[in-house]
Amino acid sequence: MKILVYAEQREGQLRKIAFENIALAKQLGQPFEVAVIGAEIADLAGQLGRYGAEKVVFYKNDSLGNYSPDGYAKILAEAVTKQGADVLLLGATSTGKDLGPRTASILNAAMATDCTHVEVDGDDLKITRPMYAGKVMATIRLSSAVKVVTVRPNVYSAVEAPATAEVQEEAAAVDFTTIVKEIISGAKGKLDVTEADIIVSGGRGMKGPENWHLIEGLAELFGAATGASRAAVDAGWRPHDEQVGQTGKTVSPSLYVAVGISGAIQHLAGMSSSKYIVAINKDPDAPIFKLADYGIVADLFDVVPRMIEEMKA
Amino acid sequence: MNIAVCIKQTPDTETRIKLTEAKTVDESDINFILNPYDEFAVEEALKLREKFEGEVTVISLGPDRVNSAIRSALAMGADKAIRIKTDSNPTDPNVTAGALAAELKKGNYDLILLGKQAIDDDHAQIPALLGDKLGIPAVSVVVKLEVDGGKLTAEREIDGAHELIECSLPAVVGAQRGLNEPRYASLKGIMKAKKIPIEEVDAELSADQLQVVEFNYPPQKNPGKIIGDSADAVPELLRLLHEEAKVI
Ligand SMILES: Cc1cc2nc3c(=O)[nH]c(=O)nc-3n(C[C@H](O)[C@H](O)[C@H](O)COP(=O)(O)OP(=O)(O)OC[C@H]3O[C@@H](n4cnc5c(N)ncnc54)[C@H](O)[C@@H]3O)c2cc1C
Repeated sequence: MKILVYAEQREGQLRKIAFENIALAKQLGQPFEVAVIGAEIADLAGQLGRYGAEKVVFYKNDSLGNYSPDGYAKILAEAVTKQGADVLLLGATSTGKDLGPRTASILNAAMATDCTHVEVDGDDLKITRPMYAGKVMATIRLSSAVKVVTVRPNVYSAVEAPATAEVQEEAAAVDFTTIVKEIISGAKGKLDVTEADIIVSGGRGMKGPENWHLIEGLAELFGAATGASRAAVDAGWRPHDEQVGQTGKTVSPSLYVAVGISGAIQHLAGMSSSKYIVAINKDPDAPIFKLADYGIVADLFDVVPRMIEEMKA
Repeated sequence: MNIAVCIKQTPDTETRIKLTEAKTVDESDINFILNPYDEFAVEEALKLREKFEGEVTVISLGPDRVNSAIRSALAMGADKAIRIKTDSNPTDPNVTAGALAAELKKGNYDLILLGKQAIDDDHAQIPALLGDKLGIPAVSVVVKLEVDGGKLTAEREIDGAHELIECSLPAVVGAQRGLNEPRYASLKGIMKAKKIPIEEVDAELSADQLQVVEFNYPPQKNPGKIIGDSADAVPELLRLLHEEAKVI
């Protein structure tokens, strides 16, 4: 079983999931290669090697610096065929979730989205993925010749395992109809909840956007991303891309701190697979406490400033 | 403008999913609704019809029960409806997309709208699959859409940023929350929807290449501990996070 790991880059920067998927490929114990698509990518081989890539294939095209759904998919499908891969691993990132199915469709391959566990079972893969926003876990098998798997970020850890990556350069001449014209960044360099190892989330209990400096202050000290409940998003206090839950993002950080969030079923669906959960809520009966590893039943406007103070000390 | 909206019927978000002894999902107590993301797609189609005139056709694949989701979309204001008849929903989104694409090819649609994902199986694959199968652009997770002449400009939500994409019509657009505020069906709309016939067509389904072997409940978390009832518990919390959980 040969694996091709698609190493996603944005504006020339590799995403963390690329290293995580290399770690997964190594863990699966199968031969693997890494594919990169883009314009300025030649100097990425060193970084990929540091995490254990022994072979990297670059598909360089100056007009494909930005993501093109059909352009990238054609190249990646051809890469799978040419390199003779049986399994294509991508990250379940925004790009991976778009590129994965397009590539799968070209290859008439089946694809499993947002997988949290992958193992080799004979000639086959046994895959676990959450369904119904994590209310249940499904065990999946893909019976197509090529199998496409997108893996949830933060589930497998990137592991440094220095290797010298052999580099293969391939021409990537394709015509495409659709390309990203521009990336509009919100807050510059803002860490997204799906990629963060720690998330500090605020809910309706925060009372208003003017108090969010508490969430942001704590997040900064933790090196965390900021999240929000739907109540906070609907009130217009926070942008939608911070919403965690069934109709927001599903996250699996090491630590999730829920501040003034009651723990509605739709919210829990999005964060219950976090490794550790902290709840700060003044209502001892709030459902979030059923899931929290550590809880403080008190006014968040006393607790969070104290946390910030203690962390700074 | 001739618009198709592909919709799915899903359990409502309050549903606690129960498993049978055979480790399948027990559907008996489920309250089914129109997939919330599809509501944004229907709303966007109606807004575009208001602007450009034309027709909105709702297409859904599934068993008889999905007619109620189709009625919800008609009640919001869609003009026509087609149900691709199946006994159940395929487990493989590629199969669903194939059947939808076959039906979509029969209509002369300028724009195909649908939710970015269905909240039951959460595959989030259909928009991209349809794009490839129909050989047209597809943009999903769209929070802002402008259609002008033969082209569209879409803002797509990505991790930590937005992407601006321009492409020609016909195209597939997957709706994300934030695109619009779906209208509630009026009583008049609901009455009118009841009279619209739902055209039923037979499905052309290929074999599923994605099989669900079994469902399981996620691992149960141990009941947590309440460390304290005032800010004085903070040092202990930080100590536990540092020493016991080792996450900070
Ligand atoms: C179709 C659908 C989809 C949905 N999808 C999502 C989703 O994706 N994500 C999501 O989050 N929700 C979702 N919801 C909404 C969900 O049902 C809840 O309404 C929402 O999660 C509540 O947010 P909250 O916990 O911030 O607010 P509330 O439930 O109002 O809770 C506020 C909490 O703050 C506490 N509090 C108040 N003041 C203080 C204080 N001073 N100190 C300490 N604690 C305090 C209160 O005790 C309370 O527990 C969805 C709902 C529907 C119908």
